[in-house]
Parts: sequence; C-alpha cells; structure tokens
Amino acid sequence: MDVLTLLADGMLLSLQPLNLAMILIGVTVGLFIGAMPGLGSVNGVAILLPVTFLVPPGSAIIFLAAIYYGAMYGGAVSSITLGIPGASTAVATTFDGRPLARQGRASLALVTAALASFVGGSVANILFTLFAPVLASVALSFGPPEVFALMLLAFATFVGLGGDDIPKTIFSICFGLVLGAIGFDQISGAPRLVLFDYNGFLQGIGFLVLAIGVYGIGEMLWTIEQTRGDVESNTPKMSIKGMAVDTKEAAKRGWRGTMIGSFLGFFVGVLPAAGATPGSLMSYGVTKMLSRKPDEFGKGAPDGVAAPEAANNSASTGSMLPMLTLGIPGSPTTAILLGGMVIWGLVPGPRLFVDEQEFVWGLIGSFYISNAAALLINLAFIPVFIWMLRMPFTILAPMIFVLSIAGGYAATRDMFDIWLMVVFGIGAFFLRKFDYPLAPAVLAIVLGPIAEPTLRQSLLLSSGDPSIFFTRPIAGPITIVALVLIFLPAVKLLRRGLGRRRKRPAQ
Amino acid sequence: MRVGEIVTAGFLALLSLYLMWKSTELPIGYIAGRGPGGGAWPFWLSAIMLICCGCIAFNWWRGSNPAAQSDEPVLDSHGWRTLLLVGGGIVGFVALVNIISMYGAIAVFLFYYTFILGRHRLILSLSISLITPIALFFFFEGAMRITMPSGLPFTDPVFNILYDIIY
Repeated sequence: MDVLTLLADGMLLSLQPLNLAMILIGVTVGLFIGAMPGLGSVNGVAILLPVTFLVPPGSAIIFLAAIYYGAMYGGAVSSITLGIPGASTAVATTFDGRPLARQGRASLALVTAALASFVGGSVANILFTLFAPVLASVALSFGPPEVFALMLLAFATFVGLGGDDIPKTIFSICFGLVLGAIGFDQISGAPRLVLFDYNGFLQGIGFLVLAIGVYGIGEMLWTIEQTRGDVESNTPKMSIKGMAVDTKEAAKRGWRGTMIGSFLGFFVGVLPAAGATPGSLMSYGVTKMLSRKPDEFGKGAPDGVAAPEAANNSASTGSMLPMLTLGIPGSPTTAILLGGMVIWGLVPGPRLFVDEQEFVWGLIGSFYISNAAALLINLAFIPVFIWMLRMPFTILAPMIFVLSIAGGYAATRDMFDIWLMVVFGIGAFFLRKFDYPLAPAVLAIVLGPIAEPTLRQSLLLSSGDPSIFFTRPIAGPITIVALVLIFLPAVKLLRRGLGRRRKRPAQ
Repeated sequence: MRVGEIVTAGFLALLSLYLMWKSTELPIGYIAGRGPGGGAWPFWLSAIMLICCGCIAFNWWRGSNPAAQSDEPVLDSHGWRTLLLVGGGIVGFVALVNIISMYGAIAVFLFYYTFILGRHRLILSLSISLITPIALFFFFEGAMRITMPSGLPFTDPVFNILYDIIY
C-alpha cells in the first residue's frame, strides 16, 4: 500500500466517534493546561496518562497526542496575554507577542500564533508522513559533537537577540548556563555549586523557577513601577470582522516567519535531545536576520510571533519521529508517551511501522485532525483570552502573581523554589532597569544541561582536542556558522568605531 | 543610574568570583581518560561572566551606554514605594503559604492587592479573594490531582469539607 492510502485509512480511523471525541477533549484540555503558567504539555500528558487506560491503546495515544497539540498552542496564550512563558518553548513568543498585546493588538498576536502553529503543524505532518524513516537515520548520525555544535548555534542566536550590549548578553547566557549546572555533576554524580552550602540547591534550579521569577514577578514589578500602576487597557472589543482583518494581516506579515519556523523547527525537533526550545529560538533569530525590517523585532513584529510558534508546533511533531521509529524520545513529553506505549504493549522502533501499521497510521492521521481541531478551538477561545486582558490592571496584576506562585509550586512542589522565584524576580527587576537582557539566561538554563554533557563527551572522544567540532562533516559547518554569528556583532562594532575615528580627523 | 550601573557590575563581578571559587570544589581541568572535570564547565563560564563585567565597567567608563550617561535615580520615591508595597506583598504572600495554606495566602494577597492597593470596592475585592482560591482548589486538587501546602493544622476543618466534595 502506498503512503497516501495508509494515511487516508489512518485519518478515517481517527475520525471514528470515540477517537474524534478524544481529539476534541484532548485539544481543549491541552489548550487550557498550556495556557496556565507553570503547566505545560508534560504535566497534561503525565497527569492524564492513567485516564487513558479506560480506552483502547489507539484512542489513548490519540488523546495524549491531542493534549500535546493543544498545550503547544496554549503556550502562546500566556506568553502573549500575561507575558509569562508557560514553557521554555514559548519564551521566544514573548519577545514580540507581549509588545503587540501592550499595543492593544493581542488579537493579532493570538491569531498569528494560531495560524503559524497550524501551518507549522501541517508542514511537520507532511514531512513526517513522507520522510519518517529517512529522517530517523539522519537523526541517528547526530553524536555529541553535532548536538553541542547545535547548542552553540542556539547560543550564537542569543547574541544576535540581545541588542547592542554584547557583554550584558554574554553575561546573561553564561549566568543561565551556570544556574543550569547547579545540583549534581551529570557525569561524576558529585554535588556541584551547592551555593552557601544550602541543601535546597542540591536538586538544581529548574527552568520554570527562573522563567516565572523573571517574567511573572520581575517583569510585572517593572511594568508597575514604569507605569506607576496605571496600565491603560487599550484592547479593543473582539468582533468577527476584526478577527478576519487580523487573519489577513497575520498571513501578510507573518508568512516569512511561519515558513522558516515550520521547516527549521521540524528538523531541530527530529534530533534526539534537542527539541522545540532551540528550534523556536533559532527560527526567531533566523527570521530576524533575514527580515528587511529587523529593527521591528522585539517591538511587536508579527513575524516574531509566527516564527517561534510555527517552530515549536513543528518541532513537537518532529520529536515524535525518533520516538516512533527508533524508540528515542525527542522531548520530555514524548518520553511519557513512549512510557504509555510500552504499558499498552506496543514496542516503538523500526518494526512498529510493520507490526502495528493500523496504530501508527491512525496516530499520524490524528496529527492532521488534531492540528485542524486545535486551530478552530484556539480561534474560538481568542475572545475569552482577550476579555481577560480587558480586566483592570489592579485585578490582572495580582492574578498574574497568584498564577505564577501557585503554578510554580504545582510544577516543582517545593517552597524553596518559590522563594528562589521571588529572589530571581526582584533581581530581574533591578537587572531590567540596567538593560540586562534576561531571555538568554532563561533559555540557557534549559539548554545548559544538554550542552555540557555533549561538550564533555565530545572532548573525551577526541582526547581533549577541540578540533573535533570543526573536522566532522555535520558538526564542522554548524560550528563555523555559530562562531561567525557570535563574532559578527563584535566585528560590526569595531568597524563602526573605526569609521568614527576616520571621520574625526577628516572633520 | 550611572552609579547604579557600576555598582551592579561590581556586584555581578563578585558573584562571578564566588561562582568560580565554588566551582573549584570539583576538578576544573582536563583529566586524562575522563575528560573535563566536573567543575570545568561552571568555572570557565563564571570566568567569562567576570570578563563581561570588566567590559561593562569599561563601557561605563567610556559612557557608551544609556545607563552610564544618565543622572536619573535608579528608583524615585514612588519606585521604592511600589517595590516595597508590591514586592513586600509578594514576600508576605509566600511567607503565609506554610501558615494559612496556599489557598488562604492567595485569598489574603488578593484582598490586600485589590482592596488596599487597587482601591476596588469591598464587595468586588471580597468576591475575587474568595472565588479565586476556591476555583484554584478545584482545578489543582480536583482536576490536576496536585496537592498544595495546607498550612498549620488549624486549617484542617476547611480542607476536610473541600476534600469531601472532590473525593
């Protein structure tokens, strides 16, 4: 049977009443879980895993995949409306989503995010359907040097995102990486950086602790201080005509970011251990670099919302590929899905496509249906999210603080982490006053635990010779591009300085 | 702002030094047959942080960034008041969690913010402060099965009633 016949059969299977109900419930539940700061697709899938034992395995995995889809759409909602990224995959969405919301254009940002997510998901589904086995073998050729080179490329993108103050950006990246190193050394298992010998640091510092501290507390304090507590709500009322206008504008001003994010996100998502976070960040950076108006980024560019949203949806589908074809999870959520499959008696790996054809194509068919359902459900709920923004700021602000603290506790279940959030929030408030970019630190804390072991394994492989990052066919070009991106701003600054010196004697 | 910029850079440089020193508790060099030591990654990253602080101080000396040229105070009296009232409110909220439970602390914080800082009407403030924690209770404990801190034993009777509803 050819691929299209198998896919059609799979789609018919996922349109059966029980499966369709699972998709609609899963997407809606996922959307609200993803929109809650502190909760993401991992929480949704993990918490609802036991519920799936009530239905057949095929319907169960369709339900979990639908939650995954919904949560990826929902992550953008808290980034845009509250300015708090609920998950690391949605950090880049805050860069332009939040400024758009502040300008009273939250509906444009939400519509752009929904459309970009849909296109990202669709492109990923098509690539998944056509090239699953080939891409799985490419992903397998990524060893530690290649993964580290990819991380270096992600860090290089940060330098481009941090504006003109390069030392502050690099400081922020390194600070995030050091925070990510707190706890135990991943290789020797020895306690490391137990600050002030306080045992609470032994468990490390999670991404959410820093993200909620910086965005949920620090950014809010900054907004209240800057606006003197008088934040004007200039969000217009929602209408069908207004949404149609926003849809047209989103398509016109967000297509470039959507296309870049869809393809780049998928290929990064396919790689084991990489996932949607570097994919969304790289897509944002590349879209900014290729844009004719890079100055608009960070101030409310629809392309800046579209790129990370297309990428994180595309990457979430991409991360399913190594899970199904190789049995290697590409993200924490797919690790839980993998666990579920094992419990249901399914063995992920190359034989799955042969032995469990109906299951696999039913799942792939459900990706298409879930993606379309997520778009429609998300668009239907946009007026609800906009209504939230019209609340007086003196009600919205304490709600955000409450959601940050309660959501943060729900994710970590440790009061020590909540106190750390408060400390990070107050620290972030002061650093923001002095123009330290904080997003690089938040993303670095996620990528650090991937980057460090791959660097150490690579150096061990080469007996300490760093040329391993330049001589391998895949790692070499990635490393060179990353280094060019890191040093490009410095070269530009030097040239600008030299230009000024030449002008002075001439005057 | 000008003084604040260099004081912040100095504080961050001290933090970097502390992190470098702390990293040396594990080997920071290359160990033959075992690769880089466990302290190498944070040590060298902290060293880069220290160099960055030096660059920030150099830029401050040259007056090449906006903060280094500004004579405005870091925080005026309103800024300090905001930080104290809002930031202090958040600290109080977190401190209350282990005493009157997460939901009790949410109720008190919401009432403090909406009624005292936000100057909303008493009925509106009370409604928000009571409905929000109850809704969050059913979401976290009922739907998500996540148990929040329930505070000291005197809160048990309230929780017993609520748990009877969801279980």
